[in-house]
Amino acid sequence: MTLVLNVDGVRHAVTSADDTPLLWVLRGELDKNGPKYGCGAAQCGACTVLLDDAPVRSCVLPVSAATGAAIRTLDGLADADGALHAVQSAFVAEQAAQCGYCTSGMIMSAVALLAETPRPTDAQVRTALDGNLCRCGAHNRIVRAVLRAAEART
Amino acid sequence: MSLSVVSRRALLAGGGGLALGFALGGAARAVEPDRPLPGSLANNPELDAWMRIDADGAVTLLTGKVELGQGVLTALTQILADALDVAIEPIRVISGDTGQSPKEGPTAGSMSMPYAGAAVRQAGIETRALLLKLAASRAGAPLSALRTRDGAVLLPDGGRLPYGELLAGQALRRRATGLPQDVPPAESRHVGTATPRRDLPAKITGAPAFLHDDRPPGLVHARVLRPPSIGAQLVGFDPASVEVLAGVIMVVRDGSFLAVIAEKEHQAILAHEALRQAARWREISGGPNQDTIQAWLKARPSEEIRIVDRPTAASSVRIVEAAYSRPMLMHGAIGPSVAIGLFEAGRYVIHTHSQSVFETAAAIAQMLAVDPGSVRLIHRPGSGCYGHNGADDAAADAALLARALPGRPVRVQWSREDEHGCEPLGSAMHVELAAGVDARGDIVDWRCDLWSMAHSTRPGGQAGNLLPAPCLAQPFPAPPPRVIPAPNYGPDRNAIPLYDLPGQRVTTHFIRESPVRVSSLRSLGAFANVFAIESLMDELALGAGADPLAYRLRHLSHPRATELLLRTAEAFGWSAYRKAPGRGRGLAFARYKNLAAYCVVCLEVEVSTETGVVRVLRATAGVDSGAVVNPDGLRNQIEGGLIQALSWSLKEEVVFADGKVLSTSWGDYPILTFSEVPPIEVLVIDRPDTPLLGAGETAQGPTPAALANAVFDAIGVRMRHLPLKPQSVLEAIASAAG
Repeated sequence: MTLVLNVDGVRHAVTSADDTPLLWVLRGELDKNGPKYGCGAAQCGACTVLLDDAPVRSCVLPVSAATGAAIRTLDGLADADGALHAVQSAFVAEQAAQCGYCTSGMIMSAVALLAETPRPTDAQVRTALDGNLCRCGAHNRIVRAVLRAAEART
Repeated sequence: MSLSVVSRRALLAGGGGLALGFALGGAARAVEPDRPLPGSLANNPELDAWMRIDADGAVTLLTGKVELGQGVLTALTQILADALDVAIEPIRVISGDTGQSPKEGPTAGSMSMPYAGAAVRQAGIETRALLLKLAASRAGAPLSALRTRDGAVLLPDGGRLPYGELLAGQALRRRATGLPQDVPPAESRHVGTATPRRDLPAKITGAPAFLHDDRPPGLVHARVLRPPSIGAQLVGFDPASVEVLAGVIMVVRDGSFLAVIAEKEHQAILAHEALRQAARWREISGGPNQDTIQAWLKARPSEEIRIVDRPTAASSVRIVEAAYSRPMLMHGAIGPSVAIGLFEAGRYVIHTHSQSVFETAAAIAQMLAVDPGSVRLIHRPGSGCYGHNGADDAAADAALLARALPGRPVRVQWSREDEHGCEPLGSAMHVELAAGVDARGDIVDWRCDLWSMAHSTRPGGQAGNLLPAPCLAQPFPAPPPRVIPAPNYGPDRNAIPLYDLPGQRVTTHFIRESPVRVSSLRSLGAFANVFAIESLMDELALGAGADPLAYRLRHLSHPRATELLLRTAEAFGWSAYRKAPGRGRGLAFARYKNLAAYCVVCLEVEVSTETGVVRVLRATAGVDSGAVVNPDGLRNQIEGGLIQALSWSLKEEVVFADGKVLSTSWGDYPILTFSEVPPIEVLVIDRPDTPLLGAGETAQGPTPAALANAVFDAIGVRMRHLPLKPQSVLEAIASAAG
């Protein structure tokens, strides 16, 4: 069984079974590092990727449900020439991490938020990220980074 | 002909070694006896243990400490760059590799800066001095005329002698002396500045930054089926239904240790579920649960340890007594534990995110019954680590499974359920305080009795502390937990207040058994002890009719503590505070372990007496960590510690029964979310000429007390039992009204 996925602008034929969660295909077959395994139950957000610009929890999404969509991961967020996405730059500028394990999910959720709401308020950023857990306590830095990215893009 | 050209020629002719021997000859060193060496240098006195300078000038920093998300490797790099006077960017770091690193203790207890930081600084300073002397000899120039810059000695005639050329790839082979160096000092350029985290670029671009991302050739994926409760025995299992599944390479059983290895990760997950269906266990029931644990603690036989006993002749006019408690708490790393093990040619190489690679390697060697030299642990970054979590156990799993499948790297990934259910928890505690006060309300006598299970069951070289070891057919029983003595202490960490107390008696009631696994969680006993002490201080201040800040100050004779309290309170707006209905402010203070960083936390809260919800509106934290290496890294640690401690204090309590943790998902064990995190201001007092004090855990103790004090200020109800969940707040309100 072969499925075709469009990930970070590249089409890939994958051989995992239809009901394999997208996360394991991205990490196991396509060697993506950004999407992280955190809970396998859509409770922590570490595995967040974009499906046609909408944030999804790849740990519970069957790979067969992702065919035909443009899948975007942290690995493919920078330009082809390596220029960082505004959200990535802002995370560096604000030093918005401690361990960085949740960071990929945070950045992808933030990219989705800014696509919908280019100039969010502090409260809107927090609400948008409430489903992404951080255990180190980098929350306020992450919020500042998202607000900084919004400012940089508009 | 310039001197630098002469040196280069001499070097090319192989003269570097001779020059080194000549310049560094022992005569000067022998005059003065060596001093005690600072920090981890004492156990690793060879300068080469800490750094390498290659012939091309490349500098490598070696340390036994590891990156846990706290930024330690950035901070150590800053220290080395300044001490050695080299550019910071190209410094390579080897961290936590038992085959290469200096043997340092676990990366724990807020001890990386005082131990590794102090060692790297001294080793760097002494190495630079040797390089200067070598250059002086080589160039025939007076030492006082030489300077260093970015990895080279600058000569009076404008020439440069790069460190790499001076050493020509040779090791220094010198022991540190611990002495101040009689060479022109280097300019400090990195220590004290907010140097960006070196590991961040990889983590924001999806580069393979974590152990979780490593994919060595031939990698296979394993899952372990953990016993459903502590002490459960595997009594029935038929591997047939698992072995036939797609991708399954083998099922491994050793006693009650049961695991599956598969080609792909999702195949391992499916096979793991099949294992669960096929396994039958005999479990032990009974024991306390989260509701009965406090009574259980007081009722169990305990070992009494009197850590301070100082009677006073002064008499009290009144005694104020109160009891406080905290529940079982979990570390809850966002990324479940992982390890990759390879067994090949009689040697084990295990990649791990353990905090204690040396001690865990020794424990694994004991478990495998092999020579300790044949087990090498190499640290790779994992998810955030806040104490003894599942990392060491996963490394042990990987060793067992690598042994079963020699020649192929075996990756063991714990599930969320494994991490929540099997990690060692932070012990519940019960703390009873009694303060005798004089007519003015000042404390003349202080008594503390605290009940706790262990706060350290780290591997410590003992196989029985590794989760799979007691399950094996040849089991290693878990050894009795250790008592951590002064000055660090375990359950009784920070149980001795820093205040001036004429009479004082502190007794630890140590319970060695536990209904579920317990071990080190960030700040150990300090979280409960400072919560209790700093809550009672507010209760006593109230009794004395004093402002909580003023009351603390009149019991303090530590100038740094006083300054920090005053400045933090001012930054918070303590004296100008105007109380609104339903709102309140609270303050608390501690010096972590009474020897590390000082921390003050001020909070403002809003409490709904209808819903019982406590909302933290803002926080101001002050920290005095001595000399500050990285002010932004320090702020990040204080912010993070405060947020994590708020999460513990407001929401967290592990549910357990029958030796089994029942909080097995984030749904069962909610933590603080973005919308619940208050704005936080951090005030840093930098004291550049003082020792480095550890700060990573210093916010944990003051935070719960500041919270409970603020809640009291808001609604007049004293909360003495954590966490301050809405239901508990409502019950306390009802009880106070009744």
